[in-house]
Amino acid sequence: MPRLRLTGRGLWITALIVPPLAVMVTFVAYPILSALAYAFYDWQGLQRGDFVGLANFHEVLFTEPFATWTRNAFVHNVIVFFSLMVIQNGFGFILAYALWRELPGAAFHRVAVFLPVVLSTVIIGFLWKLFFHPLFGPVNQIFRGLGLDFLAQPWLGQSSTALASLIFVNAWAWVGFPTLVFLAGMQRIPGEILDAARMETDSEWVVIKKIVWPLVAPSATVVFILLFIGSFNWFELPYIMVGLDGSPFGSTDVLGLYFYRTAFGNQSAGVQDFGRGSALAVITFLFIAIVAAFWTVRLRKREIQL
Amino acid sequence: MTKLMLRATIGLTALAVAAPAFAQDISFWSWRQEDREQYEQIIAAFEEQHPDINVTFEPFEAQNYNTILSTALAGDSGPDVMMVRAHGAFETVAAGGYLMPLTEETVPGLGSLPEAALAAETLSSDGQVYAVPFASQTMLVIYNKDIFDELGIEEPSTWDDLMAVSQTIEDAGMFAFANGTATAWQNETIVSALGSSIIGKDFYNDLVAGETDFTDPRFVEALEAVQEASQYFPDGFVGLDYASSQQLFASGMAGMFAGGSFEIANFLGQNPDLNLGVFPAPVAEEGDEHLVGLFFDGGYAGNADTEHPEAVQTFLSFLTTPEFGNMFANELGNISPIPGVEFESELLQEVAELNENSIPYIMLVHFRYEEPSGSVLLQAEVQRMLAGETTPEAAAQAVTDGIATYYEPFQN
Repeated sequence: MPRLRLTGRGLWITALIVPPLAVMVTFVAYPILSALAYAFYDWQGLQRGDFVGLANFHEVLFTEPFATWTRNAFVHNVIVFFSLMVIQNGFGFILAYALWRELPGAAFHRVAVFLPVVLSTVIIGFLWKLFFHPLFGPVNQIFRGLGLDFLAQPWLGQSSTALASLIFVNAWAWVGFPTLVFLAGMQRIPGEILDAARMETDSEWVVIKKIVWPLVAPSATVVFILLFIGSFNWFELPYIMVGLDGSPFGSTDVLGLYFYRTAFGNQSAGVQDFGRGSALAVITFLFIAIVAAFWTVRLRKREIQL
Repeated sequence: MTKLMLRATIGLTALAVAAPAFAQDISFWSWRQEDREQYEQIIAAFEEQHPDINVTFEPFEAQNYNTILSTALAGDSGPDVMMVRAHGAFETVAAGGYLMPLTEETVPGLGSLPEAALAAETLSSDGQVYAVPFASQTMLVIYNKDIFDELGIEEPSTWDDLMAVSQTIEDAGMFAFANGTATAWQNETIVSALGSSIIGKDFYNDLVAGETDFTDPRFVEALEAVQEASQYFPDGFVGLDYASSQQLFASGMAGMFAGGSFEIANFLGQNPDLNLGVFPAPVAEEGDEHLVGLFFDGGYAGNADTEHPEAVQTFLSFLTTPEFGNMFANELGNISPIPGVEFESELLQEVAELNENSIPYIMLVHFRYEEPSGSVLLQAEVQRMLAGETTPEAAAQAVTDGIATYYEPFQN
């Protein structure tokens, strides 16, 4: 009969596993589970009241005005996800391809493209807030200097341009990440395959479509899924640039800001509701987890093992 | 000899261990990181009178103060004394039993404070006072006296005067107002600063009595006035955030700033050479009463579970004295509600006088403590209105409808 003896190797393994496991349980598993539990209670500020079943979920999803707010925030997250998918990941792929083909200045651009990724979100947010300043911001100054006065807009103050401006800043800052991942994927493509392909065709497009794109599928899986998670957890950049209210009048509101306001309150709404906030967090978490899981499985299927 | 030494050592050690039990250490939390130096001076003055009490000042970042404090209180690691926000903002904390109820017996001096100030510190519907009020804030128009003198214009009294003055400043190539609307809460202060006289005491009384709602012509007229004034805001003001509009005024590029009296200290801090004046919201017609919007900012509360309740009460009592009030008013540039405070600054003296004719800052005082909060609704609707995407009537209607979801008098 095998016995678990805490000597030598066993002890060593246990000593290595227990600390990270403890950290994970305390700081990851426990908060998620407790948020899940909080969502089923009525809260009087910080005091937990009665068990109310699914009432909090019902409120955030179906009771006005919360339902409209939730829908509004969710729609914005969806817009953010699809726009970034096209701009950030699409442009990232093109940049990666240009770097991989070693166009002139590739060494410099490899660093330049990735540089903003290293900057902290706080710095990026404040920097671009200054750039978008309606009176003195460089963005409007440049447009005016070029004689394009009609483009000198209060970008962050208009409901029609605010969200697009945030998406642009996000893409500017993080395009380096998909670029790097795609580039790594491209560099893994064996030279023989490419040489063989070039013997068949002169078309760059055919090479991209038939060889490069299918073979960087694992990289695509990673950047797609991470972008999906990031888009629905979007918080720092809108928080810094447009504030907790999703200014102007909710046109940049996203689930992250909405959750924070609901659970912790803000200066203009002296109400904290952990119950509704937790319900929102749970819904967001489940949505992200389920969609990401299904999508990962699907994306994995189209990956080719060489 | 060694025995004696040993005994002496033991005796001294015991004394050293017991000593902290005689001196009472209390912690004091605040959201005013920028006021640390002044608060340390105030605490030093207190400790001089009460050598047996040590107060430690611990400031936190303002935006997250509520969250930090409520989490600490819930986790039993809260401070002994703390700054709390007034009116309903801390209702959940007070109702949770975390704060010490205060009376004239436990905190002598409390009774001498104005009733409206104490009412602001009941923090919840049970009518119990939970904090010593520390400051009132006034919504009014702050103006740059040098610009007014240079252009030969005077404080406007009526709305028409204000429009004429704004036009003159703009013609001179400056911004009439520095205000922007990109930061949501600024929209609420702008309405109160410019519209209080048009809104009027009658409307306020009717509103509180449940006899009218925000679709009342008196309130809509105030929104229309704000909309009219916004033509004199800087180009692209919808994208101008709070910090930028402060800088615009502090740098002397704009003539007026519609906002709170709390801006004064900030403006002078950014630019000590500014020569500032204040005036109340202009009236619709000559002869109407000039009013400012007023709210109480916050108070000092005690922890119900403190280990040193007497020390806490002694300290809170000190915070009701004119001695503290004078330091608070003159070192920190605030309007203290303590009777008998003498303002060294003429400007603050003037604000204190304007406060005698005021209406409350309506949403903060009455409609901020249930969802959707009146403040959030008004801020968003005014922001929308000034962006040209809604009308004053529709904005007033939307605010009323939002509040009506929980406020019965609006439901018919």
